[in-house]
Amino acid sequence: MKTSSRSAIRLLAVLTLLAAGNTARAADILIGLITKTDSNPFFVKMREGAAEEAKKLGVKVQAFAGKFDGDHDTQVAAIESLISAGAKGILLLASDSRAIVPVVQKARDAGILVIALDTPLDPMDAADATFATDNFKAGVLIGEWAAKTLGPKAKDAHVAFLDALENQPSVDVARDQGFMKGFGIDPKDTSRYLDENDKRIVGHYWAGGAEDGGRTGMETLLQKDPNTNVVYTINEPTAAGAYEALKAAGKADGSVLVVSVDGGCPGVKNVKAGIIGATSQQYPLLMAKKGVDAVVEFAKTGKKPPPTPGLKFFDTGVNLITDKPVPGLKSINTAEGLKICWG
Amino acid sequence: MNSESDKAGQAVEAGLSASGDPAAVATFEERKSPGRRFQQFLHVYPTTIPFLVLLLGVVVFAFIAGSRFFHPLNLSLILQQVTIIAMVGIAQTLVILTAGIDLSGGAIMVLASVVMGRLAVLSGVPVPLAFAAGIVVGLFCGFLNGLAVSWLRLPPFIVTLGTWSVFRATNFLYSKNETLRQQDVEQIAPFLQATGRLIKIHDHLPFGFVNGATVTLGSLFMIAVAIVMTYVLRRTAFGRHVYATGDDPQAAQLVGIDVSRTLVSVYTLAGFICSVAAWVLIGRIGAVSPNAASNVNLDSVTAAVIGGTSLFGGRGSIIGTLFGALIVGVFRNGLALAGLDNNWQELTIGLLIIIAVALDQWIRRLSE
Repeated sequence: MKTSSRSAIRLLAVLTLLAAGNTARAADILIGLITKTDSNPFFVKMREGAAEEAKKLGVKVQAFAGKFDGDHDTQVAAIESLISAGAKGILLLASDSRAIVPVVQKARDAGILVIALDTPLDPMDAADATFATDNFKAGVLIGEWAAKTLGPKAKDAHVAFLDALENQPSVDVARDQGFMKGFGIDPKDTSRYLDENDKRIVGHYWAGGAEDGGRTGMETLLQKDPNTNVVYTINEPTAAGAYEALKAAGKADGSVLVVSVDGGCPGVKNVKAGIIGATSQQYPLLMAKKGVDAVVEFAKTGKKPPPTPGLKFFDTGVNLITDKPVPGLKSINTAEGLKICWG
Repeated sequence: MNSESDKAGQAVEAGLSASGDPAAVATFEERKSPGRRFQQFLHVYPTTIPFLVLLLGVVVFAFIAGSRFFHPLNLSLILQQVTIIAMVGIAQTLVILTAGIDLSGGAIMVLASVVMGRLAVLSGVPVPLAFAAGIVVGLFCGFLNGLAVSWLRLPPFIVTLGTWSVFRATNFLYSKNETLRQQDVEQIAPFLQATGRLIKIHDHLPFGFVNGATVTLGSLFMIAVAIVMTYVLRRTAFGRHVYATGDDPQAAQLVGIDVSRTLVSVYTLAGFICSVAAWVLIGRIGAVSPNAASNVNLDSVTAAVIGGTSLFGGRGSIIGTLFGALIVGVFRNGLALAGLDNNWQELTIGLLIIIAVALDQWIRRLSE
C-alpha cells in the first residue's frame, strides 16, 4: 500500500513536469517532420535542411520516422503526438499516401498546416500543400536521354526495370512510368506499372532501393535476358548495385546504359565515373527549407503556400545530369551537379 | 546415481542423438508402420527433407524455367546470391540450437561493415586495423547479446529485438547514412572487397559442363566457415554443450555444463560470424552502405527453419541451413525466371516455412 501511494506521487510529479514543459513550449512554433524511415540519406538530408532553417528562424523542429519503408502505423502515431503537442505545422513524407489521409484530416481540423513533402497524398488536396519533385518528369528526362542516346537502336532495346517495392508507392510508379513515356514505351495506365505489354521490357525487379537488391535484381534480369542493354533504376544506390552485377557479367564496358533518379553526391560521382549514364537530380534540402518557411509564414499570417502555376503542387525542380548530353534535351554536367548535390 | 540426474542424462543423450548419431535411436520398439519408420528416419537424418526439397526445386524449375535456369552460370549465381544469408544463417543456427533467436545478426553485420569501411576509407586507419576493428565490434555486439540472455536471464527474442534497434541506430548515427562508393573503397581499401573476386570454375576444374559457372571468394569462404562450424558442433565438447543447452538447459546444468558460459560463447561467436559476413557483404556490393542487407536477418531465420533447425532448440545442423538458404535462392530465382513476380515468391517461401515447422513438430512427437 505504502509503495503504491509513493509511486503514484512520483507519477504525478512526472506528469506535472511534463505538463509544465508543454505549456512552456507552446509559446514557440513547433514543426513536426515525419519521414518514411530514418535510414535513407534523402530523408536524413531533409532533416538536416529543416533543422538548419528552423535554427535560423528560431523555431523548433521535431523529427519522426517510420521504422521501415512502408511503416504506416508509426507515422499515424507521430501525427497524433504532434496534435497533442500543439504543433503548428507538419511536414509529411507519407509511407502510405492513401491510408494516412484520415489522420491528416484530424490534424488539419486541429488547425495544423499539413504539407506533403516529396510524396503527394492521394487525393493530393488532402494536404494543405505539396512540395515535391515532379517524379514523372524526372523519369521522362532519363527516358528521353536513353532513347536519344541509342538513336534508331532504341526500337530494339532490351530494357530492365529495377523498381523499389511491391506495393508500388507513388514515387516508384511516377519515375517508372515517366521513364517509359520518355523512352517511347506505352505506359498504359500511368498510376501503376506491370500493365504494359511492350516487347522491349525484359522485366521488373523490386530492389528495395539499396545496393544488394540492385545487384541481385540485375543478375536475375540478366539471366532472363542476357541481351539487356538499358537499365532503369529507381535510385542511385540501386544503380551502383546493378553496375556490380554488370561488371561480374563482363558487361561494364559501356554497352549497357544505366539511368537513375536522385542526384545524391555519390550518385553524381557515379555519373562522372561513367557507371550511371544519366540521372535526374532532385532537391530535398529545398523541400525541407520551403516547408519550414511555409509553416512559419502560416503561423504568423495564416496564409497557405500556393502551388506552382499550372501544377497542383509546388515543384522544387529537377535537372538532368550527364556528361554525355544529347541534342534537344537540356542537361547540366557532373561538375555543376556536384555543386548542388545532397547526401 | 539418483533418478533425477539419470533422467537428465537421458535427455542430453536424446539431444545428442539428434546431431546425427544413429546408434541412440536403434533400440525403439520392433513393429513400425511405414509412416512411423519415415518419421524415425527423419529424426535421425533431419537434413534429408531440405536436401530433397532442394533437389526437387532444381528439377521442377529446370522444367518450368528451362535452360536459363538450369545453366551452370545461373546455378552458380544462386550460390552467390545466398552467400550472405547463409553466412548470417550459420550464426543464426548456432543461436537457435540453444533454443534462442538472434534478430540482431543482420544489424551487427551492417554495423561491422560500416566500421571497417569508414575507418579505412575516411579516417585513414590502416586497412588491417580497420578490418580488425569491425570484427571486434561484431564480437562485442554478440557478447552484449550473450550477457543479457544468460546473466540477466532475459528472453533472447526481447534482447535481440532491442539490440537490433540499438545496433541499427548506432550504424545510422555513426555513418550519417552516407554510402561509400565502390570506387572509393577500391582505391583505398581493396582488401575489403577481396571476397567479391570472381573465379571461373572451368579454369580450375577439368569438367566441361561447368562452363560459365563462376564462384566468388566470399562463397568459398562461407563454405569453409560452414565446414569448420559443422566440425565444431559435431566433434567438440563445446558443440555438444550447445545441443545439450538447447535441448534441456536444466538437465545440461545438472550434468555439469556451464549453461551461462555456453550461451555467452554462442552469442559472441554468432556476433563474430556476422562481422566476418560483413567482409563478404562489402565484396558483394562493392560499396559500403549503411542501408544494405536490411532483410538478411529474417532471411537467415527462414534459411535455418527451412533447413530443419528446430526453433525449440537442440536439433538442427549447419548443412541444413545451407540447404535452407539455397532452397530460398532456387525458388526466388526459378520463380522470377518463370516470369512470376515477387509476391508469388514471397507466398511460396512463406508456405515453405510453415511446412518446415509443421514437419519439425511431427518429428518432435517421436522424442516425446
